[in-house]
Amino acid sequence: MAYMNMVQALNSAMDIMLQRDPRVVILGEDVGYFGGVFRVTDGLQRKYGEHRVLDTPISEGGIIGAAIGMGVNGLKPVAEIQFADYIYPGFDQVVSELARLRYRTAGEFSAPVTIRTPCGGGIRGGQTHSQSPEAIFTHVSGIKVVMPSNPYDAKGLLISAIEDDDPVVFFEPKRIYNGPFDGDPHKPAVPWSSHARGEVPEGYYTVPMSRAEVVRPGKDLTVLTYGTMVHVVEAAVRMAGVDAEIVDVRTMVPLDVDTLCTSVCKTGRCVVVHEATLFGGFGAELVATVQEACFWNLEAPIQRVTGWDTPYPHAFEWEYFPGPARIAQALKSVMEAA
Amino acid sequence: MNQRSRLHVPNAPARPGDKPDFSYVRLSPAGAVARPDVTAAVGEIEGLSSSLVRVLDDNGSAVGPWNPHLESPDLQVGLRHMMLTRAFDDRMQRIQRQGRISFYMKSTGEEAVAVAAGMALRPGDMLFPAYRQQGLYVVRGRSLTDLMCQCLSNTNDMCKGRQMPVMYHWAKGNIFSISGNLATQFPQAAGWAMAAAIKGEDHIAASWIGEGSTAEADFHYAMTFASVYRAPVILNVVNNQWAISTFQGFAGGERGTFAARGPGYGIPGLRIDGNDFLAVYAATQWAAERARMSGGPTLIEHVTYRAAAHSTSDDPSRYRPKDEWQAWPLGDPIVRLKKHLISLGEWSEERHSALEKELEAQVNACWKEAVKYGTLTEGPTLDPSTMFEDVYKHMPPHLARQREELKALRALEVKKGSSEQANLDQQAQSVAKEG
Repeated sequence: MAYMNMVQALNSAMDIMLQRDPRVVILGEDVGYFGGVFRVTDGLQRKYGEHRVLDTPISEGGIIGAAIGMGVNGLKPVAEIQFADYIYPGFDQVVSELARLRYRTAGEFSAPVTIRTPCGGGIRGGQTHSQSPEAIFTHVSGIKVVMPSNPYDAKGLLISAIEDDDPVVFFEPKRIYNGPFDGDPHKPAVPWSSHARGEVPEGYYTVPMSRAEVVRPGKDLTVLTYGTMVHVVEAAVRMAGVDAEIVDVRTMVPLDVDTLCTSVCKTGRCVVVHEATLFGGFGAELVATVQEACFWNLEAPIQRVTGWDTPYPHAFEWEYFPGPARIAQALKSVMEAA
Repeated sequence: MNQRSRLHVPNAPARPGDKPDFSYVRLSPAGAVARPDVTAAVGEIEGLSSSLVRVLDDNGSAVGPWNPHLESPDLQVGLRHMMLTRAFDDRMQRIQRQGRISFYMKSTGEEAVAVAAGMALRPGDMLFPAYRQQGLYVVRGRSLTDLMCQCLSNTNDMCKGRQMPVMYHWAKGNIFSISGNLATQFPQAAGWAMAAAIKGEDHIAASWIGEGSTAEADFHYAMTFASVYRAPVILNVVNNQWAISTFQGFAGGERGTFAARGPGYGIPGLRIDGNDFLAVYAATQWAAERARMSGGPTLIEHVTYRAAAHSTSDDPSRYRPKDEWQAWPLGDPIVRLKKHLISLGEWSEERHSALEKELEAQVNACWKEAVKYGTLTEGPTLDPSTMFEDVYKHMPPHLARQREELKALRALEVKKGSSEQANLDQQAQSVAKEG
């Protein structure tokens, strides 16, 4: 097995799928000749040609609309939206078309489109290169929503997404493209080769889009999280000195309610962490789901630690980002509650 | 006969290692294109969207009907603005490379597009730029210190630390906020112009987007609204040949000019030499006069070249020949205006070099002033609790609560920091005693 960072793992997933399935095509801004602004599609156009890996006009609505048409006509398009913050011009195509095509035609038409898009902050990207809009998509029936937290899952989940016959919005937390990030921007960067999940098989494998994963077993309390925040939570747990069970949600739709709730029912305490804003965030769905299943096991109110309800401010990136100190405080306070 | 379709994928004329090739850029000789009356009907002037309006010829003379006949002092002001814009860009790029700002975008090679247009418009006209028209701020006299403070996200930042570098705005100077999302300002400019017409004012709006951004639906929205309501707006497409790594063919430039999209909407399209200060000035003047006379919108395609990287985040040598700018047939807007002024006997190499030094000193002085307000790494710093302001006009309770939470958290960190410091001091003292 080889070590891969997340960029290489995602690249490998697409390479394998382009090889295995002649229906797979990649399209997006700068993804062809240049290999993508984050290098995720590097080398794929050279290897598979301009008809399999297409540079597109700067037109997110066009990219997603065209991907739907290609999907309807038998291809399996993997569209890249350069930043999740740029996805909104394509929103109508996602919500009104991609998500509902199967439903409104009683199954006669569907489009197996995968939309990959880098999300999250921590790269000084300000409000138009830092957003985490996953909840906007989880609210839409008919699309699956995924956010991996490491190279192994990224590759396995992307292959699953491409093979899936339903549309998938696949969020890639860009802050952890090159290494796990524990929430302290002043520490030197750590490469994925230092992390167990940086070890990635070179060949084909899948990670199912239906399973959350317990990444750290524990008995004091459960932390439900995903993406970059999995690593920040690990640091916060060390900081707080609690024996927390950390569950990486991985796939938001469909949600692995069993794994989540089994853990919370066992520990009796729960903290939900995401980088996106609080109000109406995916955390609210997690909290509601957990209290429905675990209410009689809960020993304390569930807490959420998230980005503040403001746009992502350029200068205050680290005051905005729900870092380890804030999470540790929540962990302690949930432990101290009756 | 082949009955099967085959996908066409545009191919850049030259990639790294290739010889630059601009044979696809159709040129007209300077002075060759007729200048119609500003009241001309769209159907009569369709030719303007495929020809190229040029005033400055290869010898630096101003020729033909589009010559705006500017006085020499105005030309010198234009040259100064373009040179200051370039000096500012160069300095900010170096500062980014030193890690003192997070990001920057230069306008090198396309300074005339913003500067000449800005000078041809009136101060009350509203500007909706993209992120590469910093020349408009120079023309309207915003202090470079203020622009630098925005890039620094410091205590004097007009955006209060909320925006990435170069996303300026200036309400008093009538320049709208720059968005990080593409082409959004185009329909907004049409709407501003509609409001001016509703109110019966003589101000007009002008907006700029890159040729790549014409692929966004916002371009179509703007064209449709501007056409339907005959909005007094100038819609500028800056065709600098390159989006990030994709050349203008990926925006549809292989099949026709960008200016030619105008007549399809019933809007005059002017294709002009964007590196010719006088051509940009004259075309803007023509379109502004037409708009003020209720003649409606004009689409102007500025044919230019993005001489620098898209931003500090990309390396153009990975996707285009390194020496492409040297081969660009329309030259450098600063060199061309300089040559013109010299040919008029109103300028010299000596004065040019002296001005370059003067502007560099001006930029340096502004930078010294700007850093007094703080940098990303050195104080003074903005108060983070201000991030909760302006989300709404009046702060709702949930944001007020979050602001208090952040304050409490920071107070705790300060306390923790000072007790750690006290421990260290104590240790240091005991070490000193032991010593």
